[in-house]
Amino acid sequence: MSSFIEFKHIHFKYQQGEDWALKDVSFHIEDNEWVAIIGHNGSGKSTIAKLMNGLLFPQEGEIRVQDLVVNEETIWDVRKKVGMVFQNPDNQFVGTTVVDDVAFGLENHGIPREEMITRIDNSLRAVNMEDYYNHEPHRLSGGQKQRVAIASVLAVAPELVIFDEATAMLDPKGRATIMETVQQVRETKNVSIVTITHDLNEVTFADRVIVMNEGKVWFEGTPREVFKQHEELQKIGLDTPFVTQVSRVLESKGINLVKEPINHKELMDELWTLYSIK
Amino acid sequence: MDIIFNKVSHIYQPNTPFEFKALENVSFHIQSGSYVAIIGHTGSGKSTLIQHLNGLVKPTSGEVKIGDYVITPEKKLKDVMTLREKVGIVFQYPEHQLFEETVEKDISFGPQNFNIAQEVVQKRIPELLKAVQLPENILQRSPFDLSGGQMRRVAIAGVLVMDPKILVLDEPTAGLDPRGQKEIMDMFYRVHQEEERTTILVTHSMEDALKYADHVIIMDHGKVYMEGPPLEIFKDQEALNNVGLDIPEVIQFLNKLESKFHISIPFRGQSVEQLGKEVAEAFKRGDKSE
Ligand SMILES: Nc1ncnc2c1ncn2[C@@H]1O[C@H](COP(=O)(O)OP(=O)(O)OP(=O)(O)O)[C@@H](O)[C@H]1O
Ligand SMILES: Nc1ncnc2c1ncn2[C@@H]1O[C@H](COP(=O)(O)OP(=O)(O)OP(=O)(O)O)[C@@H](O)[C@H]1O
Ligand SMILES: [Mg+2]
Ligand SMILES: [Mg+2]
Repeated sequence: MSSFIEFKHIHFKYQQGEDWALKDVSFHIEDNEWVAIIGHNGSGKSTIAKLMNGLLFPQEGEIRVQDLVVNEETIWDVRKKVGMVFQNPDNQFVGTTVVDDVAFGLENHGIPREEMITRIDNSLRAVNMEDYYNHEPHRLSGGQKQRVAIASVLAVAPELVIFDEATAMLDPKGRATIMETVQQVRETKNVSIVTITHDLNEVTFADRVIVMNEGKVWFEGTPREVFKQHEELQKIGLDTPFVTQVSRVLESKGINLVKEPINHKELMDELWTLYSIK
Repeated sequence: MDIIFNKVSHIYQPNTPFEFKALENVSFHIQSGSYVAIIGHTGSGKSTLIQHLNGLVKPTSGEVKIGDYVITPEKKLKDVMTLREKVGIVFQYPEHQLFEETVEKDISFGPQNFNIAQEVVQKRIPELLKAVQLPENILQRSPFDLSGGQMRRVAIAGVLVMDPKILVLDEPTAGLDPRGQKEIMDMFYRVHQEEERTTILVTHSMEDALKYADHVIIMDHGKVYMEGPPLEIFKDQEALNNVGLDIPEVIQFLNKLESKFHISIPFRGQSVEQLGKEVAEAFKRGDKSE
């Protein structure tokens, strides 16, 4: 494995005289890795995302995408590799219809016409928006907007996709479908994924989690390692999923769970090992 | 103030090729002082429905009554400000309701419009900031230079400042961090009870519907699909699955315990703490599968 993107001692502030939004942030994301970034409101997550594809530049430190150092000269090459779904989809729409919007990114990437049509169909179907080709993006429901924004980026299939709270307006089923789609894309192609999210169940899909607190990296580890920090997470405005919380209580009542379950299936399996009579 | 929808339909861009029926024959009655959750898959009509409550959109047919304010397709809205003073809406995307240069001006905008004295507003600001957990030094910043969750909090403060009799929340927790979600939802609930306010919550969180609402309306393709008390609605997993929804996670968990271990613990609104205790006791007593 090699690093796809690397942050080296990044300091960033939006304006002179303000506090740093990011303080000495270092991390890297591997090829084909899925990393979740979590943290309280204002902890610097979206700022990291915008630095990743050259919408902002750090005052100190260096960001590398493969062999490119991200700066004004390289941003067009960087943006070919790094795609982003924004926190507010209205900021992202460029087309007057849903289908134009998805096509726009593909044209920009010089995708041939035949291939474009296939990709548009596939990506809109993947987010269940195939009935809305000729609707105006701005006249969609909140969740539909997010679906189209996701489709536009998936269609381009960049090497790194950043989802900045891209499923916040979706119903739980819709959210799960998108997560599965992303999972599939990752299994079939060499893409890296960054999901910025407040949805703790979404975090469990990631290989690794970066926890931000007040502009600094507070912790890095697997979802299981992160959710072990139960009380500490609560202190910095976060929490653990339902399954982790129940497991905590069960353990305190003397039920010995071995491996810190992070989803329903793992919890049920552990209980089964302990309590089923063979 | 009761809210009554009587056979309300809403068509976007009528008589054009883009005509779209977003609500169809929607009828319900919300008692004054109740806490109602509106749930439904993406595009089922929730945001369209709640925008009728302060006259932002009008029914294409049917009638909406908010107290004695009546909205019908034919008549022009009159004194719509008297309605908007009573009905506060927190929109799905906070960007859609922020527009002033500073956070302070944004929060003061509503009251100014209704000729509430500036001193009164100034006095309330610290308490509002506390309710949405923002620091005082945010007041002079531009609302557009904030993080997503910070914007959400400003938008909420800008509605709370009006003390609306009817508070409408369109996915208010989207974008909030976990602590913010919990504490701000608890805060809404507290004021709901203290002020005998009517609260209408559009949400994708079955957990929140279960925890706070006393009545749930399920929407599907622009129609009311089911309504009733949360515990009853969430008993019917199949009916919910049919319209792309699921039951709350805690009930899913209890159902799995039942089917896998024959441990039956009814859900009565227990905290995770209490629930875990009951589960542990059941396992230890040995009421388990044979
Ligand atoms: N355009 C801007 N100008 C000035 N300050 C900004 C701007 N955007 C964000 N900030 C500030 O930078 C800090 C980090 O913001 P950022 O948007 O990265 O947070 P976040 O972790 O994404 O939060 P959220 O969960 O609320 O989306 C915050 O204190 C925020 O107020
Ligand atoms: N301004 C508009 N013009 C035309 N159609 C619209 C407009 N706004 C919404 N629609 C359509 O009306 C339907 C209902 O939209 P609405 O925003 O009420 O859904 P919702 O239940 O709030 O969904 P979500 O959970 O995604 O926010 C959707 O199919 C949407 O595409
Ligand atoms: Mg953000
Ligand atoms: Mg909506």
